Amino acid sequence: MAIKDKRAAKLALLFGALSVALYILLFYISDLTIEWARLTRLGHKEYFIVPVVIALVFSYVHGTFTSHFWDMLGFKPAAKHKGGK
Amino acid sequence: MLDSVSFIDLSLTNVILLFVVGFIGGMVSGFIGSGGAFVLTPAMMTMGVPGIVAVASNIAHKFPKALVGAIKRNKYGQVDIKLGLIMGAFAEFGMVAGKNVMTHIKNIYGDVGSNLYVSFTFIVILAIVGSFVLRDARKLYKLGDAAKNYKVTRLAKWVQSIHIPGTMMHFQSVKARVSVLFIAPLGFATGMLAATIAVGGFIGVPAMIYVLGAPALMASATELVIAFVMGLGGTVLYALDGVVDIRLAMIILGGSLFGIQIGAIGTTYVKDHTVKLVMGIIMITVLFSRFFYIPGYLSQLQLIEPVDAGTVTMLKMAGDGTLVLALLLGAITIVGALIKGMAEHRKQHEELADKDGFND
Repeated sequence: MAIKDKRAAKLALLFGALSVALYILLFYISDLTIEWARLTRLGHKEYFIVPVVIALVFSYVHGTFTSHFWDMLGFKPAAKHKGGK
Repeated sequence: MLDSVSFIDLSLTNVILLFVVGFIGGMVSGFIGSGGAFVLTPAMMTMGVPGIVAVASNIAHKFPKALVGAIKRNKYGQVDIKLGLIMGAFAEFGMVAGKNVMTHIKNIYGDVGSNLYVSFTFIVILAIVGSFVLRDARKLYKLGDAAKNYKVTRLAKWVQSIHIPGTMMHFQSVKARVSVLFIAPLGFATGMLAATIAVGGFIGVPAMIYVLGAPALMASATELVIAFVMGLGGTVLYALDGVVDIRLAMIILGGSLFGIQIGAIGTTYVKDHTVKLVMGIIMITVLFSRFFYIPGYLSQLQLIEPVDAGTVTMLKMAGDGTLVLALLLGAITIVGALIKGMAEHRKQHEELADKDGFND
């Protein structure tokens, strides 16, 4: 599919790269995440924050990427404030 | 018991499968406010993920997904944040209650008992709400353009007419003041259903439409706020138990964030009845999927003549297949509506440009 929006393409590229970097990092520390979960089960409750923070960071970076990705391909909303009618 | 919880090794096939199911589930969520979760949990369990880890990781992918979807649809003016947050708060209580009921049933009747309870809930809720939603979608479709003058149900009119001092709040989606005392049980039931079958939206969205009087597009968008509140609470609870496999959750999220964006965009091209139609189709298909599981459960509980293991496995596969079919049907309807809507939109623009003589 052809690129329809150059600004969105640039942002998609930037956030896409960041998103890929995050996934590589997650893969890299995957054993550590399992260990943190085990420690939480053993009573170190403070580690509960790890999955929550990871989920929020991923949702921001990857969510921004996917949004620009569809913009780039020309999938845009019909009109603003159409809802509810 | 939790000490023995183990996280699986991820194979490439599993990663791809989770990504794809996440994508399709995300698309359906972006469009009707919920969905996908009922396929993800069994899919993960088939890969060997323990039940509790599957449920916990599913919820951990749900709240960021719902957040992203809610922000997107808020840009289109479809979200009633106040209603979402209030219903979400009551839904938290519902989730705790739902979880307790499940644990109680499991303690008395074991896994099979709780499976039977889940299937029974699926069938009852989906049969009532699903047929209602589908009937309404058909009615709106037949009315065509006449349906533009959005009408609230008689029930919603009654709810809006009741004035209980000290509990009244104005909601932009309903365009009226409604007592929080009506919202509390709806939120509670949404949470309870979410804890039982992982898809609270099957109560939340129809409740906002038919009981409170919100338009379907706004109800499905507001459900994402409820899902976010419930999901965040659920994730924290499960994370405190150390049973969230964040790798699994983030792989599903990888696919579902692509899906939720396209689902949300899709809503801007469709009318209210399409949202109801997709929701109705999915609910009824999911309902039929449960029938395949019941003989196995009844046989294990020795309530009927024993059914041989081969037949039970076959039936279970048919049930899982029907769930996948439900998601695919929803996704195809959404993509179809999106493509058709975009083409019509473009045509209208071109015609307008032609009329104005600006087109070359």
